[in-house]
Amino acid sequence: MISAEEFTKQLVSEFEDVPENIIFPDTNYRDIPNWSSMYALIIIAFIDANFDVQLNANDLKNTQTVRDLYSIVCAKMNS
Amino acid sequence: MSLLTVNNVSLKGVAACVPINVYSNLNYSHVTQEERELFIKTTGIKERRVAKEGMSTSDLCYEPAKQLIEKLNWNKEDIDIVIMITQSPDYFIPGSAIILQHKLGLNKSCLAFDINLGCSGYVYGLYVLGNLLSSGQLKKGLLLAGDKSTVSAAFTDKSAYPLFGDAGSATALEFDESAKTMYFNLASDGSGKDAINIEHGGSRNGIQKDTFDLIEIEPGIAREKRHLKLNGIEIFNFALREVSPNVNELYSKANQTIGDTDYFVFHQANKLINESVRKKLKITDVSKVLYSLEKYGNTSSASIPLTMITEASDTLTTKNSKLCLCGFGVGYSWGSALIDTKPFICLPLIEL
Repeated sequence: MISAEEFTKQLVSEFEDVPENIIFPDTNYRDIPNWSSMYALIIIAFIDANFDVQLNANDLKNTQTVRDLYSIVCAKMNS
Repeated sequence: MSLLTVNNVSLKGVAACVPINVYSNLNYSHVTQEERELFIKTTGIKERRVAKEGMSTSDLCYEPAKQLIEKLNWNKEDIDIVIMITQSPDYFIPGSAIILQHKLGLNKSCLAFDINLGCSGYVYGLYVLGNLLSSGQLKKGLLLAGDKSTVSAAFTDKSAYPLFGDAGSATALEFDESAKTMYFNLASDGSGKDAINIEHGGSRNGIQKDTFDLIEIEPGIAREKRHLKLNGIEIFNFALREVSPNVNELYSKANQTIGDTDYFVFHQANKLINESVRKKLKITDVSKVLYSLEKYGNTSSASIPLTMITEASDTLTTKNSKLCLCGFGVGYSWGSALIDTKPFICLPLIEL
């Protein structure tokens, strides 16, 4: 598994128009400018395509930071 | 699963129809310019066609059906069955297929009934109509699939309104002992009933005092209980979980591979979902994966035939083709089909 930092970098590259230098592993991903539920779908698609892990609505509800997402992905990959 | 098949039936023609009114999502004034751009980039849906008031789903299927019968040179008295797939029927009762049996001038001996399915409905409809024709008791049949989805999507609901376009279609099937076998894998999961749902108006809740109250669910999403609600995250999860295994299983049981297929014609949900499914199926030749959603949005039960005729009619009318069809959505209901077609009639898109 890649590092949390690399995970963050790859995730941010999915968000076009969002500069890389404002999102870090401990950033609350909902704080990105103009956050909307569309970003939630982009996150789900990114994680499915790259890690073959499916996040559901509860998983998202229970996460704040990018690192939280990363931890869920790691846990689901190992389960 | 058990592999489902249809024998002795060939596809003779497809026609589709959209309203002439174009709605551009760039002008969707309920959300900011940035949100419109992000929506279009993510879903791929730039424009949709919206039926004017008074235009019904059966109107959108009547024209393609009428023109297809003429083009095929079919005698109306030879048409033994009409099945209509819709979730936006003209009336609660009677069924729209029966209205169209009369309006098209078909015999009283013609079987006519509706099937209440949405995005998966075209694939289901091919299986049901195909099997009713395969014994040869009924020889010629029409599968009409259409929806006026815009009738139930609230303008003030950004999670539904910009996704849907209206469309109708007609597909002609005929008993034909020389036809190759069609293969199907169909499935259902009613635990998803709340993910795509119109709460009021049916026999569960009827029309109540609060049916027409506009309720804000979250910023940008306000609707009445008579309106369509969508849970985008749950629907996306369902599509990621179920669609590619269903298609892979069909290929395996039918002894075919993805590489054998000429065109993948999937329900046009939105680009993010469809591209995720494509990647999971490891379809690398993107030119084989047809899209009409940029111009017409999610057209519910009409999406597969509409996409066939707008995106591949040159090939489908002239060459033998191997098609993989796949529908998935409301229910949840989903299914896929592998069909071999001989050159068949594709009418140019009808605008009404």
